[in-house]
Order: sequence, then C-alpha cells, then structure tokens
Amino acid sequence: MKIAITSSGLNLDSAIDPKFGRCAYLTLFDTDSNTFTVTANPFQNAHGGAGTQTAQWVLNQNATVLLTGHCGPKAAAVLNAENIRVVEGVTGTVREALAQLSY
Amino acid sequence: MKPLTIAIASGKGGTGKTTIAINLALVVPNAQYLDCDVEAPNGHLFLHSKKLTTTTVRTPLPQIDNSLCTRCGECADACKFNALAVTKQQVLVFADLCHSCGACRYVCPIDGAITEIERDIGTVINGVAEKIPTVQGLLNIGESSAVPVIKAVHEQALAAQHRILDAPPGTACAMVETVRGADYCVLVTEPTPFGLNDLALAVGVTRALGVPCGLVLNRCDVGDQTVLDYCHEQNIPVLLSIPFERSLAEAYSCGVPWVTAQPAWREQFQALWQAIERKVITA
Repeated sequence: MKIAITSSGLNLDSAIDPKFGRCAYLTLFDTDSNTFTVTANPFQNAHGGAGTQTAQWVLNQNATVLLTGHCGPKAAAVLNAENIRVVEGVTGTVREALAQLSY
Repeated sequence: MKPLTIAIASGKGGTGKTTIAINLALVVPNAQYLDCDVEAPNGHLFLHSKKLTTTTVRTPLPQIDNSLCTRCGECADACKFNALAVTKQQVLVFADLCHSCGACRYVCPIDGAITEIERDIGTVINGVAEKIPTVQGLLNIGESSAVPVIKAVHEQALAAQHRILDAPPGTACAMVETVRGADYCVLVTEPTPFGLNDLALAVGVTRALGVPCGLVLNRCDVGDQTVLDYCHEQNIPVLLSIPFERSLAEAYSCGVPWVTAQPAWREQFQALWQAIERKVITA
C-alpha cells in the first residue's frame, strides 16, 4: 500500500505541509517495502487548479491514503472519485504521522 | 476624426474610475458608456440609465460521455487551466477552472466523447441615460472569470460613437481584456504610495498592450509628490487634477455627477476630453 503525505521538506523528519494542492513536497511511502520517495510538487505554483492536479498526481501514483493538513473541495472531489482515504488535520513530522496511521 | 475607444482604468481600486468615466461620458458629444467592471458595476448609480434589454452571457463547458471516453487523459494533459482530472471511472470537469478554450475537445481522439454545453455566467444590460447609450456587464455571483462577460460588453460597442470603457480595478485578466484595443487609457490614481505602486503596474500593462496612457490625479492635495515625480520621469501626461473637496464628495454620495452639480466641472471634463483627443492624434 502506498501513502501520500504532503511535506515541507525532503526527509521523514520534515514537517507536514498543511496545504494540499500547493504543498512543497509530496512524500510517497510504500508500506510493503518500507521505502519512500520525495517529489517536489510540480503544481505548487500553478496559476489555478493546483488542487485538482496534485490530486491527479496522487491518483497516478496509485496511493490509497493521503495524509495532509487541509484538502480543498475540488481536490477532494478528485480523490473521492477513486475512494482514496483522505486524512486531514495531520500535524507534526511525516514520521510521526505515519506512526499514528493504523493500517 | 473617427470615434474613439477610451478606457478608464486605475490599478488601485477606489481612486475614481467610475466618477471620471461617467462625467466624461456626459460631456463627450456622441458618447456611449460601457461598464466593464462586471464584478461590481456601479456607473448606473450616477447615470440612472433606463434598462432596455437584458441578454444572458453563456460560455461553453466540456461535457464528457463516460460511455465513450477511454480515460486516455489527453484532455487533462492539454488543459492549461487544470480544469480536468482523470480517474479510473470518469473524467471530472471543474467548471470554475474552465476557460472555455476548447482544447480538450480538440485533442480528444474519440469522436463524440467530449461535447460542449452552454453555461450561463452573467448578463449584459443595454440601456439609455438621457441621450447616452449605456451597456453594463454583470458577472453571476460565484463565477471566477469576468473575461467572457467583458467580451460580451465589448460586442455592444457602437461603431459610430465614442466609447467610454469603465475598467475594473487591478491589472489582471479583466483589466487587460477591457483596455486591450483601446485608443487611449486614462489612469486614475491618488498621490499615495499605494496609488503609485498600482499606477506603475497599470502603466506596465498599457505599455505591453501598446495603448498610450495619461493620468488623472484624484484627491491631488493629499499624500505626497511621488506620483507626480513618477509621471514626470516616465513622460506620462497629467490630464486633470481633482482636489479633495467636500462638495464633490457630497455630490458623489447623492449619485449626482459633478458635471451636473457644478458647471465649472463640466468645463474641466470638456478640457479633459480635448486633451485626450489631442493625445490620441499625436500618439
């Protein structure tokens, strides 16, 4: 299972980025292999529709869970269309957020 | 001389665009007033125009036939406004991000998978105030793009009359759409740091559009000298200066145009019009 996490930095001790669509980095954690990748969000500075496209990115990565601070209504519509579990209000570091997640 | 299109813009909001536009429209012989500030049109409060016709403005929106769509994603890739998202089951369309460019329909490899429906986004009201034909655009509440409504207002421009365009504040798409193609742009500002900052941005837009511009300085006796210094440096003519005066504010607050309230201001605005005409000829 893959978990997408919005992050403000490049490692697991980086703080969760509270924004979804315009987050700085997207961490993708694979619970099967216990490995992760970090990608600079290509839509951070989109003129409009950052949320829909960041959500599209999460879909394309085949993630099934998203951990973030707040996800806007258009991004949520994209994620809900594919039944991605969206966990909002997450704070602290990426590592702490993953530790709290029961799966 | 052929009829002119004059845009009244500002950068900063609340500097007096509508005041200048309506007073100018009232003194220019054979003028038409077009309110392009479609998010908050207010020229009618001073012109008291009589409504003649109301037309709905519609804009195309893609509609996806999910039974034909293969979810190939070409449409979402082509969309520069991020208005489409592709899931395994369907393509989602976000109307408030769509700019109606038609690119999705153009690139779609499946015949009939993307069609377009028309969506109401605002209205254009044609009216008349005394002898002045007026046009007012009104964007529906909640809509994000004013541009299609401003285009619809432009379509009502009368070829045989001088067109006075009341532009929206700012320097974004709506202002650009209003000023683009005008013969001259009157920038209204006040002599404050905020006024200067936004004036410089607006001047940048008019120069990029190739529209010559001049300045009306409102509340000219407050603030500082920096706006005048800037105009001098940038070779921008100051066409009219308006003092911060109680009688003008009172007339405004009662919805009475200055040229109606005070004959002296009729002459000032006639002089402004002559100055604009001269600038257009020499530009």
